[in-house]
Amino acid sequence: MNETSSQSAKPRKLAGAEIIWECLERLGVEHVFGYPGGAILPTYDALTKSRVHHVLVRHEQGATHMADGYARASGRVGVALATSGPGATNMVTGIATAMMDSSPIVCITGQVGSVVLGSDAFQETDITGITLPITKHNYLVTRADEIAISLREAFQIAASDRPGPVLVDITKDAQLGSCEFDWEAAAPRAHRQVPDFFPAPAKLNEAAVLINESQRPVILAGHGIILSGAGEEVRRLAETADIPVALTLLGLGAFPASHPLNLGMMGMHGEAWVNQAIQESDLLIALGMRFDDRVTGKLNTYAQKAKKIHVEIDRAEINKNVHADVPLIGDLREVLERLLPLVKPNRHSEWWSQVHVSKQDSAVRDIQNLPDNGHLYAAHVINDLWRETKGEAIIVTDVGQHQMWEAQYYHHEKPRSLITSGGLGTMGFSLPAAIGAKFARPDAEVWVVAGDGGFQMTMAELATIVQEKLNVKIAIINNGYLGMVRQWQEFFYEGRYAGTPLLSPDFVKLAEAYGIPGLMVSERSQVVPALHTSRFHAGAALIDFRVEQEDSVYPMVPAGADLHAMIRRPTPLVERPTDD
Amino acid sequence: MTEREKTHTFVVYVENKPGVLNRIASLFRRRGYNIESLTVGHTERPNISRMTIVSSIGEGAAHRVEANIYKLVSVLSVEDVTHATTISRSLALIKVVASEESRHRLMEIVRVFRARVVDLAPRSLIIEITGAEDKIHALVDVLRPFGILEMVRTGQVVMRRGVQERAESSSPKPAQDDIGRSEQKTGPGPSGANALVEAEHPGSV
Repeated sequence: MNETSSQSAKPRKLAGAEIIWECLERLGVEHVFGYPGGAILPTYDALTKSRVHHVLVRHEQGATHMADGYARASGRVGVALATSGPGATNMVTGIATAMMDSSPIVCITGQVGSVVLGSDAFQETDITGITLPITKHNYLVTRADEIAISLREAFQIAASDRPGPVLVDITKDAQLGSCEFDWEAAAPRAHRQVPDFFPAPAKLNEAAVLINESQRPVILAGHGIILSGAGEEVRRLAETADIPVALTLLGLGAFPASHPLNLGMMGMHGEAWVNQAIQESDLLIALGMRFDDRVTGKLNTYAQKAKKIHVEIDRAEINKNVHADVPLIGDLREVLERLLPLVKPNRHSEWWSQVHVSKQDSAVRDIQNLPDNGHLYAAHVINDLWRETKGEAIIVTDVGQHQMWEAQYYHHEKPRSLITSGGLGTMGFSLPAAIGAKFARPDAEVWVVAGDGGFQMTMAELATIVQEKLNVKIAIINNGYLGMVRQWQEFFYEGRYAGTPLLSPDFVKLAEAYGIPGLMVSERSQVVPALHTSRFHAGAALIDFRVEQEDSVYPMVPAGADLHAMIRRPTPLVERPTDD
Repeated sequence: MTEREKTHTFVVYVENKPGVLNRIASLFRRRGYNIESLTVGHTERPNISRMTIVSSIGEGAAHRVEANIYKLVSVLSVEDVTHATTISRSLALIKVVASEESRHRLMEIVRVFRARVVDLAPRSLIIEITGAEDKIHALVDVLRPFGILEMVRTGQVVMRRGVQERAESSSPKPAQDDIGRSEQKTGPGPSGANALVEAEHPGSV
């Protein structure tokens, strides 16, 4: 964070509420996403004297996703603000989302007065207790003179090491009380830094020997590359040793999609050839990823022939799911900087030709080769969006089928160009997260890609977009089902569609009610013109894409199945029966 | 993946602050691991508490728990001392039925176990014993026929024997060597602090 020390260093007497804003300003915060209420009122009162821009959300969950989207788009700490009780509990989903995806956010909540703590006072809830397992750390602050140090530590903890959410719960009397404000004295305590470890030279050598001797290596590129800013080092490693790069969902963008060494996404809905390559590999070089069950499939049969090098900042991830033959603990970029000089230039032409053979046999094909039969498939929409935006937009997805199609058909070239809830799989994430992303990068083209289900979970934030005059574009992939669940019901529950058919409002009229122009698209030929119209509209715009209702995401590794046992699309896309 | 369970003992240094116990206990709870015993108390350093946690879990689970305890901000250091040479003690107060006739036999038992009688009432007495778990077990077994009315036990407290240069010391723990740490930054943190400074060679007590 930019900690400006321009203000006078002389201590002066400030109210706790004023200290909150003073600290946020000094920590470089420009935007706070929040919702007022009784226990946080003193802080809102002090907001009037602050330079920080406050964004009024429509639900506190939205505030946390906005802070998260802001953090993911910028790499800086996002800040959410809410009152006690329901305000705080509404934040829980967003906090858990940020925790699972290592996103640095600080949530500030008001709390009832310290004298009534634990008395079931109006709007009292034990939010530090509730968020204990889903925050990196949290604070209960009961005195004005604890506010500055708690906030400074919160920012440090949120952003350092493996990032994550921190909650600071501040009682009303702490906000109202006053004390000498001394920024210097409130420096974060030098608590033990995680990790204390750095790979021994011998371990780096061991890793280098494995890499240099490997015949069939694969790099597994994860979110840690983006968090560590190690894209360049990863590219050098891949190019020097001629190693194919497979990406996790959250790793998309960490390595350019157009790079010849890029294989594509791995895992449950990854490309078949990528999973095949992993299964046949003799060396996996896992960079900033955590071998989630969605990328490994069945652990017992996962990459059995491969040695594993695991570079990871979080020691608790080592040997959690997959045994690491050579674990290298530390910041990815620092580790790679030391590893690279030991890696010898290499060529793996035999391995590459083997990979290319399985690529021929793949079910996910270049969508541009598919004939256009007039039917609207989500894959077409996403692919057209990719081409229209030249792959340069920030895409913020929701969770479900459209999320996987996005990952397959929007080719991300740059880090932080895909913002998606991976670990927690939080429906309703996209619209508020896109608002946060737009605040973080106002010059970027920001698109929400959401399903009709997830969109309806947080669509109240449309009002936030309008109130803040934000230019956020929205593409709803509307198939009239909770599509991913419907797909599982089709595959694994004999097509019993319990609770998945979904009625939606007329999204175009809904958008118009908010003053946002909307378009409805149901044919392939209308996709590009609609994208064009929306993109060149000066403000927010929404497109309701009515896509094939019972389409599924292929290929698919069923949960807990062998990674190489993928369900392929039964017939080519173009031969699917029409449903009119 | 069912693992063979074994009693693991963790020594954890923490900041003496509200909620720290909850954070640590929560790491066991969320994984469904039971804590057999847990003691907390002050240390030689102000504001630093030391916990001894005993839990019956598998080897892999123990690594995961240790790594996750380590991540907690309020935790200064954690060590699984299961495979280390340690002194382990706990204390028990046992209230046992004591009639005129049995009192002498009880006194004899107390002497043999080097326990103490800390309360004598007309029909009962309270025995205090300090020692390793198996010694307390043995005493309890012997006392049971007399009729145990009430018993309270502290959890174990554990200390490594002799001089230790902390976790990364000479005695190799495979799990830690695996992660290849070559140095531990001994910054302002506590971890440096404690280097148990005892000169004498480990000996039996």
